[in-house]
Amino acid sequence: MTETRQSTDAPEAEALAHAKDREAGIVTCDACPVLCRIRPGKTGACDRYANESGKLVRLDPLVIAARAGRDGVIPFLGAEWDGSALSGATAFVTGIGAGTTYPDYKPAPFIVSSEIDGVEMVTVVTEGIFSYCGLKVKIDTDRFIGPECAPVRVRGEQVGHVTTAEYGSQMLSLGGVRHLTGGGKKEGVVTCETLLTLANKGAVEMTIDGGATLTIQAGQAPIINGTREERMRVGCGSATIGIFARQWLGHADEVIVVDDHITGVLTEHQAGRFLDMRPSGIRVRGRRSTPGRYFQVANPGTGWGGTDITDPLSIIERIDPKLAWPGLRLLMVSTTGEHAAWYVLDESLQPVPAPMPPAIAAVVERIGENCEPALTSVLFMAGAGGSLRAGVTENPVRLTRSVRAALTRVTSGGAPVYLWPGGGITYMVDVLAMPDGSFGHVPTPALVAPIEFTLPLADYAAMGGHLDRVRPLASLKDEPRVTARAWNDANPWPLERPAA
Amino acid sequence: MSAIAAVLPGGRLHLHHGPIDVIVKAWGEEAEVRAAYAQAARAFEDVLPRLCAELPLLRTPLPAPPPQGPVARRMHAACLPFAGRFITPMAAVAGAVADHLLAALLEGRRLERAFVNDGGDIALHLAPGQSFRCGIVADLASPGLDAIARIHAADGVGGIATSGWRCRGRGGRSFSFGIADSVTVLARDAAAADVAATTIANAVDLPGHPAVVRRPARELDPDSDLGERLITWDVDLLAPAEIERAIAAGAAFAEACRARGLICAAIIHLAGRRAIVGAPALALAA
Repeated sequence: MTETRQSTDAPEAEALAHAKDREAGIVTCDACPVLCRIRPGKTGACDRYANESGKLVRLDPLVIAARAGRDGVIPFLGAEWDGSALSGATAFVTGIGAGTTYPDYKPAPFIVSSEIDGVEMVTVVTEGIFSYCGLKVKIDTDRFIGPECAPVRVRGEQVGHVTTAEYGSQMLSLGGVRHLTGGGKKEGVVTCETLLTLANKGAVEMTIDGGATLTIQAGQAPIINGTREERMRVGCGSATIGIFARQWLGHADEVIVVDDHITGVLTEHQAGRFLDMRPSGIRVRGRRSTPGRYFQVANPGTGWGGTDITDPLSIIERIDPKLAWPGLRLLMVSTTGEHAAWYVLDESLQPVPAPMPPAIAAVVERIGENCEPALTSVLFMAGAGGSLRAGVTENPVRLTRSVRAALTRVTSGGAPVYLWPGGGITYMVDVLAMPDGSFGHVPTPALVAPIEFTLPLADYAAMGGHLDRVRPLASLKDEPRVTARAWNDANPWPLERPAA
Repeated sequence: MSAIAAVLPGGRLHLHHGPIDVIVKAWGEEAEVRAAYAQAARAFEDVLPRLCAELPLLRTPLPAPPPQGPVARRMHAACLPFAGRFITPMAAVAGAVADHLLAALLEGRRLERAFVNDGGDIALHLAPGQSFRCGIVADLASPGLDAIARIHAADGVGGIATSGWRCRGRGGRSFSFGIADSVTVLARDAAAADVAATTIANAVDLPGHPAVVRRPARELDPDSDLGERLITWDVDLLAPAEIERAIAAGAAFAEACRARGLICAAIIHLAGRRAIVGAPALALAA
């Protein structure tokens, strides 16, 4: 039988326009006769429409990203699409809201052809359900957040671990198949929620065993033990010495840059030698790596330069009376310039705090100025090399090869991905490059992420693609759920061939 | 916007209108099934409009005057036995819609088996000698097959419904006063199962317990029939003895329902523990 009647699913322009309710930001939805009054942040009885900051929005739209054509006009961005013709030059169908066709032997939900610069292109649009997925999180801070390999927990459940630190940053590895499906039910659910929130650019609070409490959010400064991290260090202690040595020359007799990784001592450092600086005889604690570069001067912590130091003088092991002299001017500073102290040695060669001269204060300020803002960056990583490929072609290995040969471009919500070498289609994508709300989840638990494969139609035919399912881009005007979002101009246009 | 009807893969009929999503499947001769689907789809067209026309009355606590619409009357009738406590006919809305559509599906048709699944509240038809195997998932947030019930025509079960504390925005659809992860009820029809599952789930509770976060229903849905009453918003970890106490409260209420002939059986799940009421009526596994 099946007659498919007029769909209820398109938000009627009228419904959207008249949907405001005066009381407390309540929106009345008239997508159906129930006329739900929806509070901000809540959904209607159908779970399909929601009140997002006073606006009635469709929760599961199929997102088309649109950019301006040569005439400078973005083809459609209103509440309702006027059905105007779409072209590959201005509209790209993302996998967001596309759904899946599990089991994957069925063709992907949308296989869309469009023309750009005279070339017929095909974009295979789907959503992947990923059990094998996780987030790589880079947190710009020198502060100690916890030992390497330490469990990262949300509401007591382990959702990941601290991994190898990178330059000026602490790194977390979150999610992965073991936490999603290998542990207890609650572990999987909490891991899934954590990944989903972070991937959708939300904030999550987490604790690290033997370490800090963090609140992180993609594109925002990390909050570590309740303190917002403002700056990423300019470099390690040794690098800081290297950058600023010449600017200290003549104004200070010794500079010690306190850092949890490599603490630098100017006159002993190659930079000080190069400037013919007189050795100060001030020796810091820790293990000397090379002249003027010291490891392990202190334990990691939340004091000076990511150490547990609160009194910088405590890292001075001894002052050699044969080399030091009364009146010696000593600057101690952290790698972000956030901590700095100025001392002058007295007659007994003891450092005595003194007002910092303006010339030194200026350089300390410059350290801060040269620090980049501390951010949290979140990369989503997943493997699309499995059964999902069957939705693209009946001969999946050809898709893998085509991706390898860069004939097929892989994007996630239109955002460019980094493809890992080696087998499979394992990719990483910066969640900030993706449209808001790109990710979903299923209770398995697993994450749902958009993925698009774009290639010339001729190549698609050659790899055994589902040609009978190819539909022109313009036919999407009959899809009730289509929503247009502005293209993120920082991303390359997926339908354009990368410059050879 | 009007109702839609579409046939899904596997020969299932999908009916959708606003908050109502129904999956129908019938077994029988092809022509009979096709005719049955057409009848159900036709009956579905005015289900939501007629319910909406009487919404204020259907949101009024019972006892109240009977409504007019066929689905509304089923709701009213199913909820009336529970009018001793706070209840509105809305407690049976999903099950009543399923029963109404099943009746339309069967009208004049010969079908071996059929189900009408309205978002988890299911109306069943079994010709003599037929049976269904039903899987029960206790916690949608971490699904697994927690129980299997085999229902035979002779069991007199025409409805299955499930209720739990997870509300809209927390993985569920409706509100509960209780803390059950799930209560699944088998009853003579879906409306009876629906209201019983709701009230038994309400009875699985630990009043005043600090691990249970409650919020006024109106804070979440300004038009909720539950008004300012506190509904369960979150349930934190509970001690084993507390879990047993809450389940026992629900089981006692379920047993009372069974004794009054309102339900055939109930399965209560909370935090990995389970209680079964009236199990001999059916084969349970898992």
